[in-house]
Amino acid sequence: MQPVVKLEDIHKTYSNGEIEVRAVRGVSLEIHQGEFVALMGASGSGKSTLMNMLGCLDRPTSGRYLLDGIDVSSLDRNERADIRNQKLGFVFQGFNLLARTTALENVELPMLYAKKRISSREMRERAMQALDIVGLSKRFDHYPSQLSGGQQQRVAIARALVNQPQVLLADEPTGNLDSKTSVEVMGVFQKLNDQGITILMVTHELDIASYCKRNLILRDGVIVSDVQVSPRLMADEELRKLAAAEAAAKLTDAPSAH
Amino acid sequence: MRFVATLIIAFRALRRNKLRSVLTALGMIIGVGAVIAMVSMGNGAKAQVEAQIAGLGQNVISIFPGSMTSGGLRGGWGSASTLSVDDAEAIKREIPGAIGVSVEVRDRQQVMANGLNWNTSVSGVSPDYLDVRAWPLADGEFFSDNDVRTTAKVCVIGKTIADQLFAGTDPIGQNIRVRNIPMRVIGVLGSKGFNFFGQDQDDVLLVPYTTAMKRVTRRDRINSILVQAPSQESMERVQEEVTALLQQRRQGREPDFTVRNQLEIAEVATASSKTMTALLAGIAFVSLVVGGIGIMNIMLVSVTERTREIGIRLAVGAHGKDVLMQFLTEAVVLSVLGGALGILLGIGTAQGLAIWKGWPVEISTASVVVAFFFSAAVGIFFGFYPARKAAQLDPIDALRYE
Repeated sequence: MQPVVKLEDIHKTYSNGEIEVRAVRGVSLEIHQGEFVALMGASGSGKSTLMNMLGCLDRPTSGRYLLDGIDVSSLDRNERADIRNQKLGFVFQGFNLLARTTALENVELPMLYAKKRISSREMRERAMQALDIVGLSKRFDHYPSQLSGGQQQRVAIARALVNQPQVLLADEPTGNLDSKTSVEVMGVFQKLNDQGITILMVTHELDIASYCKRNLILRDGVIVSDVQVSPRLMADEELRKLAAAEAAAKLTDAPSAH
Repeated sequence: MRFVATLIIAFRALRRNKLRSVLTALGMIIGVGAVIAMVSMGNGAKAQVEAQIAGLGQNVISIFPGSMTSGGLRGGWGSASTLSVDDAEAIKREIPGAIGVSVEVRDRQQVMANGLNWNTSVSGVSPDYLDVRAWPLADGEFFSDNDVRTTAKVCVIGKTIADQLFAGTDPIGQNIRVRNIPMRVIGVLGSKGFNFFGQDQDDVLLVPYTTAMKRVTRRDRINSILVQAPSQESMERVQEEVTALLQQRRQGREPDFTVRNQLEIAEVATASSKTMTALLAGIAFVSLVVGGIGIMNIMLVSVTERTREIGIRLAVGAHGKDVLMQFLTEAVVLSVLGGALGILLGIGTAQGLAIWKGWPVEISTASVVVAFFFSAAVGIFFGFYPARKAAQLDPIDALRYE
């Protein structure tokens, strides 16, 4: 089976007048259907640059990028926008929901820009389904300001899912969340991955990376480590442990309260 | 992206900043309102002038005698008594386009009736006169060709004289003494009001021109000949024919007459009101441009403020074109809403002035339509630059924008 994402010797050089910055220096990578990959690296390692190229927001200076068998490394601005719309789903660190716009309308957003026209009824149905997957269908009419960080991120995940993308790209999706909410969001990703969705996320937190199946480490623009995660953390289990720990804390705390 | 969706997005965005949207649109509201109100006033003034010009008569060509030079003094138009009744008769006889011809003999006289007296303009005219000047009779009848032939002592009076000399009574059948000659009133003219120069057109006493020449002025000179053409289009042709005929009758002598048509007079009279309308429209246009700049300013602020939103839209697959359309639509919705409200404001202002100040206003449909489309054009013109700026944003930079 052909890989969903195939990078062949990708380079990215930024030239700012006389200074040349070689952010990515020859990355080759294959990601197959159903994988759950964490891309890690210190700041300046080139992971954001790589992520922008994977997300078709930016073009490599050299090398080939095959997404779902299509060479996207030489597409123009509008063609890349269509690829982003049809084949990729984005989840950002800062959620990036439209303010003063309901959860439902936020999820409908990518469908507004679909090449094929979607009826408003179908848009609504699909958006509700996506919200249902992340467990927020009851809050479809809430505004982002009325939702917690974890809930906002789940709305963002629903938005990323709504056009049934080939790959879900998440850029530090737990970066703005507390540890418990982070685990919950990772639970949502694991559930989606179990349903066969390919996920690629950037993180700098090791424990978050342990919820993924495969970890890549980028340093100075090259991949220095590519390992299968073992032992892998399961969000459901961790949440149970956390709940138990909280309960235990209350138990031990309870007597001293008297 | 679909048009309706773009429109909905634009409305949502504007609703989010209600006060700002209203203040921005205010520029357009005032601009368009000013255009409508000012053009209405200008049109009203123009219509008033035109009505007065029409009061001169319908498609009238006026012939005045030339100037007379005696002893080095040049007398100006009308000083020579070079026009004759024969000229008028020749015109009537030989020019088929002259459907009505009237001579005019004018004099001022002190007239008396009922023990009252009044100084008025006495005009000797032909039976065609009322048709030529499109002047209806309020009562009674006008004199006939027979009255002209017999130099009948009959007269038709204007409303002012009827009021001054016969207040409360029916003037028909009563006598007015002009130069001590009693003349029987056989008709009363309909009221024409004041003319463009502020003269009371109803302060007039009409008698057959033969009567005027024989009994009032006691001279055979006439002041002018009025010729009516069948239509506005034929006016110039008739004017040329009249000129040619009179020239021919003078057998190669210097032309001692001048021929004017009503359009020429109307042109002079409407020129000032046209200038006024143009001036008002100019001021209004400036305020529209200022309104447009207001929209551009707010749209630029809006684009900067919503950089992140633009980034999100671009990231999930919006083309530059979609973003351009979104912001352009917002600008156009703003300006068109402002324009629509401005039209209402302008009509309201014009009507208000008409009711409370009694100014002549005339709201033209054309100005409303033009103002509306102009406001949309202002939106497109001033919205384009900010919208293009939004569309050209790089999604990566836009997403990172704080």
